Amino acid sequence: MLLEVKNLKASVDGVEILKGVDLTVRAGEVHAIMGINGSGKSTFSKVLAGHPDYTVTGGTAMFEGKNLFDLEPEERARAGLFLAFQYPVEIPGVSNSALLRLAYNTLQTERGLEELDPLEFDDLVQEKIKVVEMDASFLSRSVNEGFSGGEKKRNEILQMAVLEPKLAILDETDSGLDIDALRIVANGVNSLLTADNAVVMVTHYQRLLNYIVPDYVHVMDGGRIVRTGGKELALELEARGYDWLRAAA
Amino acid sequence: MSAALQNLVNQPYKHGFVTDIETESVAKGLSEDVIRLISKKKKEPEWLLEFRLSAYRHWLTMEEPAWANVSYPKIDFQDIIYFSQPKPKKQLASMDEVDPELRRTFEKLGVPLHEQKLMTGVAVDVIFDSVSVTTTYKAKLAEIGIIFCSFSEAVHEHPELVKQYLGSVVPSGDNFYAALNSAVFTDGSFCFIPKGVKCPMDLSTYFRINTEGSGQFERTLIVAEEGASVCYLEGCTAPQFDTNQLHAAVVELVALDNADIKYSTVQNWYAGDENGKGGIFNFVTKRGLCKGVNSKISWTQVETGSAITWKYPSCVLLGDNSTGEFYSVALTNHLQQADTGTKMIHVGKNTRSKIISKGISAGRSSNSYRGMVKVGSRAIGARNYSQCDSMLIGDRCEASTFPTIDVQNTTATIEHEASTSKIGEDQMFFFAQRGIDSEEAISMIINGFCKDVFVHLPMEFAVEATKLLGLKLEGSVG
Repeated sequence: MLLEVKNLKASVDGVEILKGVDLTVRAGEVHAIMGINGSGKSTFSKVLAGHPDYTVTGGTAMFEGKNLFDLEPEERARAGLFLAFQYPVEIPGVSNSALLRLAYNTLQTERGLEELDPLEFDDLVQEKIKVVEMDASFLSRSVNEGFSGGEKKRNEILQMAVLEPKLAILDETDSGLDIDALRIVANGVNSLLTADNAVVMVTHYQRLLNYIVPDYVHVMDGGRIVRTGGKELALELEARGYDWLRAAA
Repeated sequence: MSAALQNLVNQPYKHGFVTDIETESVAKGLSEDVIRLISKKKKEPEWLLEFRLSAYRHWLTMEEPAWANVSYPKIDFQDIIYFSQPKPKKQLASMDEVDPELRRTFEKLGVPLHEQKLMTGVAVDVIFDSVSVTTTYKAKLAEIGIIFCSFSEAVHEHPELVKQYLGSVVPSGDNFYAALNSAVFTDGSFCFIPKGVKCPMDLSTYFRINTEGSGQFERTLIVAEEGASVCYLEGCTAPQFDTNQLHAAVVELVALDNADIKYSTVQNWYAGDENGKGGIFNFVTKRGLCKGVNSKISWTQVETGSAITWKYPSCVLLGDNSTGEFYSVALTNHLQQADTGTKMIHVGKNTRSKIISKGISAGRSSNSYRGMVKVGSRAIGARNYSQCDSMLIGDRCEASTFPTIDVQNTTATIEHEASTSKIGEDQMFFFAQRGIDSEEAISMIINGFCKDVFVHLPMEFAVEATKLLGLKLEGSVG
């Protein structure tokens, strides 16, 4: 079991957003979490990653047998939990390659492996950058500074490719992407999928799921997962909207 | 990183800087008699006494400047002791006697052991005995004609040089604090690089400070003759404490034809506690005169300490084709206030100047850049490039920029760029989510922000400065 979330409740500024979420993710699976704005999708991903704005008020989340909420955000990351941000931040003056190398070497140390020097790391990252079809010049630019929306999202996937997480949560990675960028991002994610890792996609739109095909689709509403199905559930949502589910819940 | 360490950086260090000997102090207050007494105790020549007295008479007519973007309680200048014999540091037998917290800070900063000992007053072993180190260097430098000694020593050993250059860049009545310094300075450094000599090593004040206390009113004079060059380092990254609240130093640099002076400072005076209690008031006048053709003066500063910083290292570009540079990182945290910047005065033809200023404000601090670029009517073809960047950490600090550009001829090229950015919780969370802890994240962000300045520091200084900034900002973010 990679991730097992039970009855998770969380609030921000005293307002309860998650009201009892259950989710189980095994290695080799692809999950999609869908739902309208304000249903709690993004909150769920931030709570798992440990964003300081959110307070966990109940429930559990076990990640490979470890209680996630006992771990600091950086410890969760080092344990193999990755969040691709909905709005990637800019870090002026810090080059993409310097950030990637520091993050990579932190993981190497965590795993008891040798750190890579800049030249060795460059060999590695030159391979990884092909995954997202980015030009090598992106590596020497400051992190996300002056990047277009699509470039920022591709940069998130580049980080994922370098860090090879066990569980990647993609928080609306598809929003703001044109169709070409969407294809590149999706191809990148697909190429990183193995039997040992898993992806949870948080999205509004079915179109992403045409490229990254989920094993499970969950619908979130009012801070809970109200329906779980196969990929056909996403198509049904596309055709019928969310209202019928809300009424049922 | 522990809160204890954070506190330590901002706490008075209780060991090694105190002394039981408090002899030879003059009573509080300032008068012509006090100045005569200082001069007499220092066995100074008549001309120097006259220099002091004229500065004092001028000072009496001056008003304390109020234009800086800082506020502090009024200083009672009659409540200050203007002369006491240098206080020897208490000697400790080994590093084991040094406060373990301070030792950890040193390790954190990567200060070499030998340097740690010098700063904490630990008796240094035979090989690294400070006196012999100093003597060895002095002898080596003397062979090639370089004079590097305390100001008092220079007054006695090289009076003609001191007389020729003292006050030639910062006149005794230049400003309120410079006038005060000129009247009452007790010691400082003197450095003379003769014609054609390239100083083979960086000259650092720390070789000197161990034997003679730096004092409250420090005076530094550096002269590079034709074709000479020198790198001078002032201060250190380790926290510095002083019982004197007011510091008013004057630094004068003179570069003759084709001479080159590079002056680097790392300032980490006690900044007061997080409620703004205590801390040094640092009112410094630093100015370089590019007197000769093709001469160059470059200031690099990393200002992290003091409760109040009032400091504008400047260049007067008199010689044709001369160059002035100013690279600055100023960091304020808690209730610190810094008003710092530079003046570039273009007088000669084809003079060039470059200003790179990086201000980092955290806590409830206030950080201002104040600069002037002045191009005179004779300065044909003068060029200036200025870049002022501010970074805010948290939402209770303040960053201001006060640039003044005054151009009196049509052939000048002036460029000014400015930016403001913020280290936010989202950036810190991003780093954490990539497995990077907050200490490394801050260090990386700050290092990126200050890169353009750090490249101008001597390498080991740059490494220490990066760590120092990270240390000063511990706990400010997230």
